[in-house]
This record gives sequence, C-alpha cells and structure tokens, in this order.
Amino acid sequence: MKKKQILIACGAGIATSTIVNDAIESMCKENGIAANLVQIKITEVGGYVDTADLLVSTTIVQKEYPFPVINARAFLTGIGLDEAKAEILEQLKK
Amino acid sequence: MLLDENLILKDVEATSAEEAIRLMAGNLFEKGIVKESYIEAIVEREKNFATGLPTKGYSVAIPHTDKEHVNEKAISVAILKEPVDFVIMGEESETTPVKLVFMLAMNESHSQLELLQRLMQIFQDDEVLHSLAHEESKTKIKDSLLQLLNFQLKGGE
Repeated sequence: MKKKQILIACGAGIATSTIVNDAIESMCKENGIAANLVQIKITEVGGYVDTADLLVSTTIVQKEYPFPVINARAFLTGIGLDEAKAEILEQLKK
Repeated sequence: MLLDENLILKDVEATSAEEAIRLMAGNLFEKGIVKESYIEAIVEREKNFATGLPTKGYSVAIPHTDKEHVNEKAISVAILKEPVDFVIMGEESETTPVKLVFMLAMNESHSQLELLQRLMQIFQDDEVLHSLAHEESKTKIKDSLLQLLNFQLKGGE
C-alpha cells in the first residue's frame, strides 16, 4: 500500500499540531501503518492538495479539499479521543 | 522556559476574551518577554484561530502566536474572576466559558513537545484545574505548575 501523507495542521504550526503529530505518529506505529506526517500551519494546506491523503486539524478548516478532514481537538482535551483515533485509523486503512 | 509569580495573574477581571488576552500579553511585554508586536499578533491570531478548550472541569484557553514576536520562552497563567467566553478551537462561533488562560510565548517550532503534552495532561485532570483555579498563593500555583510540567530549573533559569 502506498504510504499515506497525513497533514497535521494548527493555526501557528507550533503548538497544538506538535502534540497531535506525536500522538498520530505513535498511533501509526502501534497499528503498523507507514505514514508520512507533515506538520504545517493551516494556511499551508494548499501546497499539499495534490499529495495529501488526510488532513487532521485542531483549527477550523474553511476550504474544501479533495481529502477528508478530521478535527483533532480530542488529542488536546482527551474528550472524544477514542472516536477521533478510530476515525483517523479508518481513513488510513482505506 | 520562564514561569514565575510575575506571570501568574489572579482574580483577573475581564469582560471578553480579547480583554483577557491584551492584559496578559501586555504584562509579558512589560516584562520584556515578548515584543510589542506580540500583543496585536496574539489578539489577531485568537480571532482567526480560537484556542478555547472545553474540559471535564473548568474550560481553558491557550492563546499563542508566531515565534518572531517572542524574546524568551514563557508561560503566563491567568485565573479569571468570572469566566469569559472564548471561541472553541476548531469551531466557527461556538464558545466555552474559560476560567484559566495559559498564554504561551514560544520561540522555537517543534521543540516544546513534552511541555505541551504535560500541559494537556493538566487539562485532562479536572481536580488539578480546580485546585489551580482556587489556590490563593501565586507561589503555590507556580510550584505546582512547575512540578506538573516537570521543568528542569537548573541554575536559577
């Protein structure tokens, strides 16, 4: 299976995406998924439109993209975390 | 990373998220920790990318902005007298009443993983949030945060 490219985005590309990036990295390892994680600012998503398979964002995503978008707030608050992880895994296994 | 009593604000009276943010950012600027440009930058950032986070207990917010506005890494904490509404991170207009604001001044990308993870652990513990919100002594707030964040404060840094 082709290595999936996952964009991890937040407003600044510094704080919350760092946490989410690490959590998804561990999640991929645990599940034996080889993925290419790219940590970016939400304003940089446009540069990856042709290559990304999934966008995981802690911040609001106002544009339409050709790949699924998953809200990552659960990785920060722990509320709804299992659901968010399941949703991401489901997309990665496609 | 700097976190001292001067950066812990208690009984903050603010009527809006912006007012709370300006107050905290202004304090960071007065202390020389951030550049003057940080104030407008963080207000703007919060408008575009809100940082309110509902938790099991008191809601929190983690306003922050780009590293070019920062002189020194620091965390400032404000405990609001009455909660004010912050827009929830990732939502367009839905708000949450925030009691504790953790303002981050960060000067490197991708370098604060452990610190941020520990901060998020605090947010997932409603008892800790409650005790921080109701602690009277700034020194005790600082000490428990330092312990929770496991800072290595060597050489009086």
